[in-house]
Amino acid sequence: MGGALADKTAIVGIGQTGFAKGLPDSELSLACQAISAALDDAAIAPSEVDGLAMFSMEEGREVDVARNVGLGDITFFSEIGYGGGAGCGAIGHAAMAVASGQCNVAVAWRARKRAAKGSRPWAQVNRRITGHWQWSRPFGVVRPVDEIALLTRRYMHEFGATREHLANVAVAFRKHANRNPAATMHEKPLSREQYMDARWISEPLCLYDNCLETDGPLAAVIVSAERARDLPQRPAYLHAFAQSIPQQHQVMTNYFNDDPLVGPSYACAKRLWAQADVTPDDVKVAQIYDAFSPLIPLSLEGYGFCARGEGAAFTEGGALEWPDGRLPTNTSGGGMSEAYVHGFNLVLEGVRQMRGTSTSQVDGAETCLVTSGEGVPTSALLLRR
Amino acid sequence: MEPQFLLPDVEDPDAAEFWAGCARGELLVQTCANCGLRRMPPRPMCPRCRSLKFRWDEMSGRGTIWSFIVPHPPLLPAYQELAPYNVIIVELDEDPALRMVGNLVASRDGPINEIDPATIRIGEPVRAVFQRVEDVVLPRWMKT
Repeated sequence: MGGALADKTAIVGIGQTGFAKGLPDSELSLACQAISAALDDAAIAPSEVDGLAMFSMEEGREVDVARNVGLGDITFFSEIGYGGGAGCGAIGHAAMAVASGQCNVAVAWRARKRAAKGSRPWAQVNRRITGHWQWSRPFGVVRPVDEIALLTRRYMHEFGATREHLANVAVAFRKHANRNPAATMHEKPLSREQYMDARWISEPLCLYDNCLETDGPLAAVIVSAERARDLPQRPAYLHAFAQSIPQQHQVMTNYFNDDPLVGPSYACAKRLWAQADVTPDDVKVAQIYDAFSPLIPLSLEGYGFCARGEGAAFTEGGALEWPDGRLPTNTSGGGMSEAYVHGFNLVLEGVRQMRGTSTSQVDGAETCLVTSGEGVPTSALLLRR
Repeated sequence: MEPQFLLPDVEDPDAAEFWAGCARGELLVQTCANCGLRRMPPRPMCPRCRSLKFRWDEMSGRGTIWSFIVPHPPLLPAYQELAPYNVIIVELDEDPALRMVGNLVASRDGPINEIDPATIRIGEPVRAVFQRVEDVVLPRWMKT
């Protein structure tokens, strides 16, 4: 038995207008373009849109988006915080609003520009640090990669994970990107040797353990399952949704509780699977938030695909690779090889897997797990055909 | 302009006592005055008993390395000049759940890029030393 939200809503339109290192248009303009494309994909008129859900990091505000795209009277709007943790949350809030009758047609989006003020907070810090960052930044933990590298080293120490395991992640996602013409790294293969020889960014993490830096807008349209059946695209039903801020969690620098290697995915997964009528064994494809490669083994453990400490070993034998791996993951290339847009591209790829239109389509995949940022207050979705 | 380090706001209401302690050469941890729970980082309310009353207990300054990294460029200019340098997380002897981020130095006033990273080990014992950076005193750590 699924939860109250199970299969009540569906994603019926997706839009993206291309990834690049530096797009000239503003975040607001990009957001409007992606939303417009998603509405066209759904064959729904802008005037029907009455619900909005977006990242709190967006530069373009709801009122401006509504006035530009020509949306109708908005009766639900919601902003989700914590950057990369927000993607599935925006979809989930939109779905809850539709299912509970607060709106009929909702759009959710992320229009990230790496140059935009909110997008790279570490590069714009004030010199005098207040709040919880003062316990890490003054000591040279300046970037997100440094924060996650500290957890990674401990993870390697406790569970015997190695750089070979992290290479499994980077190489798998690059192979998927090489099959996806929309991916930033479409034409750039990555060998294991290149990975091993790459320059360090924050030991034990090298260049290829990091996501890309990308501009690019994406949007999705959510309606009721009933409405979805009358629309042209094959619906990607929202089977389950969850968010989590685990107890005593601290954003990114989660070093100050009993077990820092139990990240937000554990609490999110508990709620997610409790809402679902499937288990991790039933899931044959996943889109897992990958700002950094070690987030993959940590998330595989958190979402129950293996036991704690076994996430690195799970990646062995091509387990993450299309077409024959146990769990082809980030089949568009993910944040590390398609585009880093705070994980919203993972949502769209999940939809394509459910439509059957991925460039690395997994045969027989009836359900797709999509997750948002590990290491921050997070969210996750189970999409279903 | 001189490359600048990111330094704590020593007047932050939750943390001022900690930084004042460092300036006196004391490693302080915020402790609930009602139930005795020690908490790091400091905050207004005790998550166990919800008391707003707290005191600052001095720790021995001894601990062990829980994790470490070696950042390389690209970094903010002040840190880029020192890279590669080390960052460690220390578990305090008094309570392993009390962890502090810091740096391993070879001498009290030594730079954070002096120790060969290949010699750093998780589980190694360390002790706190206090180092002035501009107008702030930061805890650093030395092998014992």
